[in-house]
Amino acid sequence: MELVCPAGNLPALKAAVDNGADAVYIGLQNDTNARHFSGLNFTEHRLVQAVEYVRKQARHRYVKLFIAVNTYAQAGGFARWQRAVDIAADCGADALIAADIAVLSYAHKRHPSLNKHLSVQASATSAQALQFYHEQYGIRRAVLPRVLSLSQVATLIQQSPVDIEVFGFGSLCIMAEGRCLLSSYATSQSPNTVGACSPASAVRWDETATGFDTRLGGFLIDRFTHGEQAGYPTLCKGRFCVEGQIEHAIESPTSLNTLPILPQLLEAGVKAVKIEGRQRSPAYVAQVVGAWRTALDACLHNPQRFTPSASSMQTLAKVSEGRQTTLGAYDRPWQ
Amino acid sequence: MKISLGSLLYFWRKAQVFAFYDQLAQSSVDRVYLGETVCAKRRELKLDDWLAIARGLKAAGKEVVLSTLTLPTAASELAQMERLCNQSDFLVEANDFSAVHFLHRAQRPFCTGPSMNLYSSEAIETLANAGLNRWVLPVELGIRQLTTIQQELKAKDLSRLQCEVFSHGRLPLAHSARCFTARHQQRNKDQCQFSCLQTPMGIPLSTQEGERLFTLNGVQTLSGRVHNLLNEWPQMQQLGVDAMRISADSESVIEVINALRHAITHNEHSVALAPQQCNGYWHGLPGASVHTLQTADLAYQA
Repeated sequence: MELVCPAGNLPALKAAVDNGADAVYIGLQNDTNARHFSGLNFTEHRLVQAVEYVRKQARHRYVKLFIAVNTYAQAGGFARWQRAVDIAADCGADALIAADIAVLSYAHKRHPSLNKHLSVQASATSAQALQFYHEQYGIRRAVLPRVLSLSQVATLIQQSPVDIEVFGFGSLCIMAEGRCLLSSYATSQSPNTVGACSPASAVRWDETATGFDTRLGGFLIDRFTHGEQAGYPTLCKGRFCVEGQIEHAIESPTSLNTLPILPQLLEAGVKAVKIEGRQRSPAYVAQVVGAWRTALDACLHNPQRFTPSASSMQTLAKVSEGRQTTLGAYDRPWQ
Repeated sequence: MKISLGSLLYFWRKAQVFAFYDQLAQSSVDRVYLGETVCAKRRELKLDDWLAIARGLKAAGKEVVLSTLTLPTAASELAQMERLCNQSDFLVEANDFSAVHFLHRAQRPFCTGPSMNLYSSEAIETLANAGLNRWVLPVELGIRQLTTIQQELKAKDLSRLQCEVFSHGRLPLAHSARCFTARHQQRNKDQCQFSCLQTPMGIPLSTQEGERLFTLNGVQTLSGRVHNLLNEWPQMQQLGVDAMRISADSESVIEVINALRHAITHNEHSVALAPQQCNGYWHGLPGASVHTLQTADLAYQA
């Protein structure tokens, strides 16, 4: 089982590789990927350095490099996505991660030897959907949206024509990836239009008599008292009023952590576990990848006897949203 | 300009659904989309019931399309979807790629709904190669993107592909594995007791200062405000839009259909938006915004 790790910049990439990643995934510095934030991602020059670094490791162990061109090509802008695919192919990337059928089709025809992984942004939740992408565009692996229970994942793997990669750790989207427009309703920017969600440009923090109000696009997302830690106003993680009750009506700030079910993921036939977090710091990446490498090695060595160590769980909880973690949709009652 | 009625997004009792479509058969709607697209647990109507409604509407002179589930996750849902895709009496609207797979394998032409991510002429062309004949503009796109797409499709000799625009109703914004209606009642999805039957127009979600933001509808999240592009029919007509899609959210949708038909017939297009309505997406603004000719003038002066 491969450990696939995020890298938003070169220091993070080095941190991931040095701490035991089997693969790192990165994006280019434009809206062709779904973490299009200022200061993040790789220029063509940095990409050369990234390739050099991972290939240098090949003497000890082979670390793969995946390039995410995983947003939907915008009307009139397809040339940008074609260029991104060409860059991925030309630099010798081990795989292209894409969601848009036109991008996949272009890659398939123009660069037939470039491996294609279906991005989580394609929102493919069935073996049948994967069959279509595999037959038409030649995908070899798919990343599943975080909406299936563990048993549904296992069933899908049995019928899937391609290898399956699942998210194992990181910030949790409660909505099916690639199927969420909440952000553009409030701010005009969404993952599908600009590769961003709840953009900083639309955020406002207002100090009040009792604490802080956080707003996105003018809408009040949450209210914190002076004692509380004010969270970033991601649209779906606010406290809202539903039938008179104020609650985290959509989602509480929490992170996914599947370390406790690693043996079951292995048994189900999961090919790769993905750590979320291209927008995270190199220090975060180092800590998370290090903890996961240790845990994964222990699990691969003896799956029957594996339990995550208390220190691993603590390390991961400390860096998680809301200081808490969940199994998310893998655990059916959570749905 | 045709008027189509999107699939019923809420969960209603069987009798109410049958009565609703009986009324619709008498209206001036041209095309009707039928079927459960939100949650497979909603089984007041079986496939045979939907087919019966379909045949009734067809007899009344309406075009009928059967719609598939937006986010299938269970084997039983896919089996049902396959049955629907294999029937040949009615065109099928695919709302995810599982349905596209079934339809392509059966070599049936198909159309796609608003939650299929077709953001460029290249994506539309690619799917047309697999059998797509009609598509719906993603609801967060507007006149600028549609203009580009239609121009490019024409240049590719693909003007035969029909296009619909979601023009009235609460906007479907997101789908999840989690059921928000059940969660609000502190139940999980498997023991939901079909509580969404009690809220036939969804549950309003507001900010802590009382501003309506979203609407909870089981696993689907809709906008708080009602999207209204009825005034935009002249631009849509010019862009070659085949039909304006009205979302089925209550019996009063018949009045919306009549109002739109009247406006097109009498060349009217300046009916003020009602409070709690929005049209931002069409004008390149946040979806919740309201764009009027006055605000356009102010923007020009600024």
